[in-house]
Amino acid sequence: MADLRNNFVGIKSPNPFWLASAPPTDKAYNVERAFKAGWGGVVWKTLGEEGPPVVNVNGPRYGAIWGADRRLLGLNNIELITDRDLYVNLREMKQVKMNWPDRALIASIMVPCEEEAWKSILPLVEETGADGIELNFGCPHGMSERGMGAAVGQVPEYIEMVVRWCKQYTRMPVITKLTPNITDIRKPARAAKAGGTDAVSLINTINSIVSVDLDNFAPNPTVGGKGTHGGYCGPAVKPIALNMVAEIARDPETYGLPISGIGGITTWRDAAEFLVLGAGNVQVCTAAMTYGFKIVQEMISGLSDWMDAKGHRNLDDITGRAVPNVTDWQYLNLNYVAKAKIDQDSCIKCGRCHIACEDTSHQAITQFVNGVRHFEVMDDECVGCNLCVSVCPVENCITMEELPAGAMDQRTGKPVDPNYANWTTHPNNPMARQAAE
Amino acid sequence: MGTTQSGILGGRLPLADYETNFSDLHPALDRHEALVASDRCYFCHDAPCMTACPTSIDIPLFIRQISTGNPIGSAKTIFDQNILGGMCARVCPTETLCEQACVRNTAEERPVEIGRLQRYATDIAMKENKQFYTRAATSGRRVAVVGAGPAGLACAHRLAVKGHEVVIYDAREKSGGLNEYGIAAYKSVDDFAQSEVDYVLSIGGIEVRHGQALGRDFSLGDLTEQYDAVFLGLGLAGVNALRIEGENAEGLDDAVDFIAALRQSKTKADIPVGRRVVVLGGGMTAIDAAVQAKLLGAEEVTICYRRGKEHMNASEFEQDLATSKGVTIRHWLQPKRIALKDGKVAGIELEYTTLVDEKLTTTGETGIIAADQIFKAIGQTFEASGLGSLAFEAGRIVTDAEGKTSAANVWAGGDCVLGGEDLTVSAVAMGRDAAEAINRAFAAAMPRASAVA
Repeated sequence: MADLRNNFVGIKSPNPFWLASAPPTDKAYNVERAFKAGWGGVVWKTLGEEGPPVVNVNGPRYGAIWGADRRLLGLNNIELITDRDLYVNLREMKQVKMNWPDRALIASIMVPCEEEAWKSILPLVEETGADGIELNFGCPHGMSERGMGAAVGQVPEYIEMVVRWCKQYTRMPVITKLTPNITDIRKPARAAKAGGTDAVSLINTINSIVSVDLDNFAPNPTVGGKGTHGGYCGPAVKPIALNMVAEIARDPETYGLPISGIGGITTWRDAAEFLVLGAGNVQVCTAAMTYGFKIVQEMISGLSDWMDAKGHRNLDDITGRAVPNVTDWQYLNLNYVAKAKIDQDSCIKCGRCHIACEDTSHQAITQFVNGVRHFEVMDDECVGCNLCVSVCPVENCITMEELPAGAMDQRTGKPVDPNYANWTTHPNNPMARQAAE
Repeated sequence: MGTTQSGILGGRLPLADYETNFSDLHPALDRHEALVASDRCYFCHDAPCMTACPTSIDIPLFIRQISTGNPIGSAKTIFDQNILGGMCARVCPTETLCEQACVRNTAEERPVEIGRLQRYATDIAMKENKQFYTRAATSGRRVAVVGAGPAGLACAHRLAVKGHEVVIYDAREKSGGLNEYGIAAYKSVDDFAQSEVDYVLSIGGIEVRHGQALGRDFSLGDLTEQYDAVFLGLGLAGVNALRIEGENAEGLDDAVDFIAALRQSKTKADIPVGRRVVVLGGGMTAIDAAVQAKLLGAEEVTICYRRGKEHMNASEFEQDLATSKGVTIRHWLQPKRIALKDGKVAGIELEYTTLVDEKLTTTGETGIIAADQIFKAIGQTFEASGLGSLAFEAGRIVTDAEGKTSAANVWAGGDCVLGGEDLTVSAVAMGRDAAEAINRAFAAAMPRASAVA
């Protein structure tokens, strides 16, 4: 049985599945339910400064996009940070932590970019017994208009400054939550590291208009005839999040900086992908908001069973294992050749591979052979692009088969070169480096 | 629980039971169900379902239009190929046509519900009386269509769209042909056949003359004289005879008449049925008669077919439907003699059959099934007069690939034609294609426009 216990910057939890700071973690009632369901940790919904709490809209806060059978693929959110009194939240956090000492409880914080504001809230949080703090530099809606959230996360100097204050005024581990609404995620990550952060967490939500009401010509969710951009999350954002996690994990300047992975994690497999790309644990929100807290049970058993099947004993065995295999395009082996292959026994003859290839790619898949509907890859045309695999509705019906070294590539008429060769040395590259004499 | 009194009588059941029994066999999909069902379509390229449809409806496109919330556009896609798409959605044996070809069968043995989705879209458009077609400028050409069934209606509609004037002649009181008279009541509820006729005729330019029988009230020669072209969509008016002892006994009826009477009855309680019913035959007509006899309150209904299950023309689905309603299907039995009592049907003696060298032969064994009513459903025959010297083969009208007969300016389609498939949807395709052929013939006959200097 794989050991799923997680130690993230000294914060211990029985498994690496935390609930992200978001609507599901706004109060003790929800968090208690989450812990009962088995979540390893919770990042409490973001606390603001003392005083009258923020207010939320009283109309719709969410919009969505759906896939087949109305499966929720992406969710958009315009809810702000907690709209409950700071001391109510702090009292509940303290009580919950006492009730669940083995679970991780993290306080997410967003106060103005002033040293005094951070200096005054940190002791209050520390008093709850929380295991750590997460700096919310990510929320892209509402609070950013007031100079907080993503407005901070988009300016590396601010990130470094605030992280430094926090490290100065609290003994608690500091996790800096990053916004994806920037051009290069490595810049804010480096700034957080320079400020002394213990970890980064990412991604927060992405600026988005999820859909438009075509009857009223207004973005959804529409509040009294108007809409605003919200924060996009859910399965649709996972690829963006994975890339950003990997970028930080392989950046020499931030290499080794602990990462809490967030973004569209819905199943154990999603979680495992974040872990192997360098995340020390993961945070989940939309999947819980879609299906309820019970999904963590699938995540725990799925991850554990997969680790058992593969012989991985603990999370350290898998964390970051895929990072060395993330590289730049220029280092990909141009002598690697693969061809698509269609398993005729599992082919259902829908023809989608053919029309995708015929209309939009390389005209490398037949439609008829001897007058019979038959889809087969023509190796002399196939560039191995993987589009047919992507559009085929049957899993594993089409596979990419590597041509072994020495085998003839029917398309180029040349045998497969056994040597690794990339763009940096390719003769067509005007910047190609001369091979050493 | 109804009465088990012997004899052929109506009102076997409490009134409310008739309503339940004859309600819609496949209730319409609601919007949510339609979206779920349409999501399953893969939007295949050169889709096998489309190839399997005799009218070549662009099925992937119409289903995609449903899934994107455009049922009206979907209906137009259907009607472009098949103006009777509403009825075909109800009566097509989809399990042997489009749905059999669906690639989902290969992976899951469960096709996309194409028929029900087609009904969803066409119902919406027809309920809104959405008209997609306008008539071209009047051509001055006049076409006579004989038979207001699926072939005739499809032909008339396409001709009207092209700007030609159409007069339909039909021997019956109502239009629709088998759609009105030949389909089990639970497949076409709420007088759908007549609603559809109205929808088709609303294009304009089509006059229907009822009570006009070919050979009795007019001849083909009369029509070719008066019209620029004639389309014959006559259907099959005759019924095969048993040619056994007792053939004319009281209680031995044609299944087609029984089915027609049921369709014309509002309550169904007035349709008499036996306590023990035997239906002879193995096609859709046999199933329709047997199931409805059961639904009317017959205590025992037995279909006797002279060959095996695998030879039955009725689809697997129809056979299962019958057995689910309590009908017994017996194979390898052929009628030998009608047993009579007081001149009325009392039972039927059947001979066991078998195949010897692929030839159907009797084994010599016989058995008797008690019955107070027997329905013949052993096939229909082409029966018509007043056709002059039209060429026939195997008792059907011979046409070329475009539906042109041996006579000048006369086309034909549907069940009356050699190669007709006994399917509403095939009749629609033949009527539509004949209209296109007639239109092309008119165009070819037009003097070429002279160039303007």
